[in-house]
Amino acid sequence: MTTQGVKFYQVGSRAVGNRLLDPSLRTEQANPDRRNALNSGHRACQGCGEALAARYVVDAAVRATNGRLLAVNATGCLEVFSTPYPESSWQVPWLHSLFANAASVATGVSAALKASGRDDIRVLAQGGDGGTVDIGFACLSGMFERNDDVLYVCYDNEAYMNTGVQRSGATPPAARTATSEAVGPQPGNRFGTGKDMARIAMAHEIPYVATATVAELHDLEAKVERAMSMRGARYLHVLVPCPLGWGSAPSDTIRLARLAQRTGLFPLFEAEHGEVTSVQPIRGRVPVEEYLRPQKRYSHLFKDPPATAVIEAIQAIADRNIQRYGLLSEEA
Amino acid sequence: MREQIEGSRAIAQTVARCRPQVVPAYPITPQTHIVEAVGAMVKAGTLTPCEFITVESEFAAMSAAIGASAAGARTYTATASQGLLYMAEALFNASGMGLPVVMTVANRAIGAPINIWNDHSDSMSQRDCGWIQLYAEDNQAAVGLHVIAFRLAEELSLPVMVCVDGFVLTHAVEPIEVPAADVVDGYLPPFHPRQVLDPDDPITIGAMVGPEAYTEVRYLAHHQLNRARDRMPELAEEYALASGYRVSALSKYRVDGARVVIVTLGSVSGTIKDALDEVDDSVGLVTITLYRPFPADEIRAALACADHVIVLERAFAPGAGGVVAADVGAALSGLPTRVSTVVAGLGGRAVTKASVRGVIDDAKADRLPSLSFLDLRTDVIDHELARQAEADRPGPQTQALLRTAGVPASRIG
Repeated sequence: MTTQGVKFYQVGSRAVGNRLLDPSLRTEQANPDRRNALNSGHRACQGCGEALAARYVVDAAVRATNGRLLAVNATGCLEVFSTPYPESSWQVPWLHSLFANAASVATGVSAALKASGRDDIRVLAQGGDGGTVDIGFACLSGMFERNDDVLYVCYDNEAYMNTGVQRSGATPPAARTATSEAVGPQPGNRFGTGKDMARIAMAHEIPYVATATVAELHDLEAKVERAMSMRGARYLHVLVPCPLGWGSAPSDTIRLARLAQRTGLFPLFEAEHGEVTSVQPIRGRVPVEEYLRPQKRYSHLFKDPPATAVIEAIQAIADRNIQRYGLLSEEA
Repeated sequence: MREQIEGSRAIAQTVARCRPQVVPAYPITPQTHIVEAVGAMVKAGTLTPCEFITVESEFAAMSAAIGASAAGARTYTATASQGLLYMAEALFNASGMGLPVVMTVANRAIGAPINIWNDHSDSMSQRDCGWIQLYAEDNQAAVGLHVIAFRLAEELSLPVMVCVDGFVLTHAVEPIEVPAADVVDGYLPPFHPRQVLDPDDPITIGAMVGPEAYTEVRYLAHHQLNRARDRMPELAEEYALASGYRVSALSKYRVDGARVVIVTLGSVSGTIKDALDEVDDSVGLVTITLYRPFPADEIRAALACADHVIVLERAFAPGAGGVVAADVGAALSGLPTRVSTVVAGLGGRAVTKASVRGVIDDAKADRLPSLSFLDLRTDVIDHELARQAEADRPGPQTQALLRTAGVPASRIG
């Protein structure tokens, strides 16, 4: 029988090991009685960041609501891989309608619960970046504007992965997708495009907006918990690396999510009523190249000669985020 | 008790007596008066418990209705024209998931050219979206159909569109009896769906279905929709006993012994009846209230003795011809009956008694073509076609028509 020594610290991070934590601070995934809202047996790819994030988010939301939770899902990878007829991975009541309308459907569910005196039951809506920042944008903005009692979670893998990796309004500059190919004088996605959905959500002055990644799962759970302690429209934007779409190793999903945060390309923060209330400082800052190089979607930047100017332009985006959110303040 | 009231307001009051719990609303002419009145009742606290949600689009309205209905709430909304088309994707979804949403469609034309007036292009374009479709002949029928619609929808777990002619009915102020609260309460039991989103009994709604079962799912949707063909007349009869007002799935006027029978939907039937009253007994009228599911057997029985059937409809399929006429023709297959289509009243052009009389005279004189457009201004058409024959470049027709021929649409009488 093979044995493995106890590791107290995860390699390459400063995150404390779960078993050293006080039981009340442990992740819900350490709870043997957890709901397992997204059960095993679904069809997600190996190393899928979205499946991991959804499992943590929904289980944390179930815990925060004492099991009184309904989930609404946009069309997309999460919907397709979790509910191939006649099977379902969902251990919570779950409703899928269309690609663009998850926020509006959730609004309707929330209204029905209120009208029928069941508003102890809470509503979670989920979608990918395409269903959130592109086709579902109007519905989501309407839900924010009316301050409907819904937590909307966007699992952002930065392109339309379900349809075969096409560019979305959340695809970062220079990234290669099937509709922003690595050809021509400016290979990959154009600069100067895309939506910063968390800041757009903040502009609606809704009660709570937060960003998270699958590298910081305790942080992700804490933000779900915080969101579920409030009423009204709340938004959580989670970076979920996609090995298929990013051209990365399935074993690198967590590492890439961590690098996205440590480069400054994906800042972690919370905001309430339009004001940033907390940021997660970057400890051990790394240049963007470390994040870009392991991903085949950026491989055109690292040919001979490398696209130095493009890499510098991406670094400038990271630098701007660091400045905007004061991500180095603690370390400085 | 009859009162002098606007059609929209009567519909709103009727809907309120049906106790909807969620009403997502988005404004579009000529439907707005209905949701305005419902919203005012919610705000004033006279319609409670009810959530009135001012959504940002018709697509969101139908989507919120889907969510509310799936969570077990009686759900109502109203729309028209472009709004109905903007909902199209969600319409198929609501019926596919078997959600008993009731919606008023205040029938209006579709652009381009943009036109806010009445015809049936909107609801006819969505005839195959899996909803039950009811067409109101007048405002008294409209209010009754809404009460019947909730009962029918919830019994069959299917959404229902109540189609009401925009302006002609929605904005007409006339004596209407709004069904009394006790009549509606006695007729329409509270909504208790078999399947609902519930944390104590978690279910997955809206799963993906592949080739192995999709056909069976669609067949069952067809089967379920067809049940309304029998159930709607039964519920209408029950409503007649409760309210004193009878609405028929298919109504016949002077059909016995008629050699020529006009078939139509909606409010134009009143004008046609007036025209028929002035001619001999050889011409009759069949008005379709329940259009989806299509009552083919009843239509065939009603028209069996006619030599010539004229389908007078306020919509058409460009490049093909009549919409309802195609269904009627299929219902009469194997019979020697001649079927003509008269496209009438597009974009709010009035269908006058004199014009209907002209159709009847043409039919009797055997000069009614298989497809014709009522009161078409042939001088304008000839002028424009002549101009196009000389033009060397393609381009849109509307502006050219207005430029070269004045404003023909201003002539509505």
